[in-house]
Amino acid sequence: MIVSVRVQTQDFSLDAEVAALTAEGDPGAVAYFTGHVRKEGNLSSLTLEHYPGMTEAEITRMAQEAASRWPLTGVTVIHRVGRLAPGDRIVLVAVASSHRRAAFEACEFLMDYLKTSAPFWKEEARNGESHWVAARASDDAAMNRWRK
Amino acid sequence: MNLLYFAWLRQKIGKGEETMALPDGVASVADLIAHLKSLGPGYADAFAEDGRVRVAVNQKHSGLDAKVAADDEIAFFPPVTGG
Repeated sequence: MIVSVRVQTQDFSLDAEVAALTAEGDPGAVAYFTGHVRKEGNLSSLTLEHYPGMTEAEITRMAQEAASRWPLTGVTVIHRVGRLAPGDRIVLVAVASSHRRAAFEACEFLMDYLKTSAPFWKEEARNGESHWVAARASDDAAMNRWRK
Repeated sequence: MNLLYFAWLRQKIGKGEETMALPDGVASVADLIAHLKSLGPGYADAFAEDGRVRVAVNQKHSGLDAKVAADDEIAFFPPVTGG
């Protein structure tokens, strides 16, 4: 199985990532999700911090967990860190499988996991002031539905 | 021990990383937090609400009752907000 996990400051190319993800295993289905910085009126930037080492290890572990639950041929997760502007892409989760439903479900599972367990933190700058984004209980609830 | 602090814990404590000998009487994460709170107002503020702090021991999510040892990497951070 192809597993590619990257934490990086630079943007990514969807076409290149999907091409790399489908290079092996003859998947018939690719599902992907991209998250973007919202274009809210007073939001000037979003700065993301992570825990080098643990973040990559946690995401890789969860990609393997997804592969044990669904018949996948590949997983790509790219999460950006550093300073991002409204409209910028933050995250890509792309999942390849021989089955459509597996690709959709595994993609959603991985996003729910990223939101609740991968060590990233967002700091917003609004009107010249910075504050850390608070975690949301709804994200924990979304993750809980996957627990066996 | 190698201690790491992220996000607002780093800002309140004033550093992102420090090395510390295992303090006497510290066996668990909860013990370590109690010790850190005694080190100054920045630490006390960072750990004022235990419920808002998460911990990883050797890069694995852990609880307050997790054991800590002299050669561990212990990270403190707020609930995560990525994705």
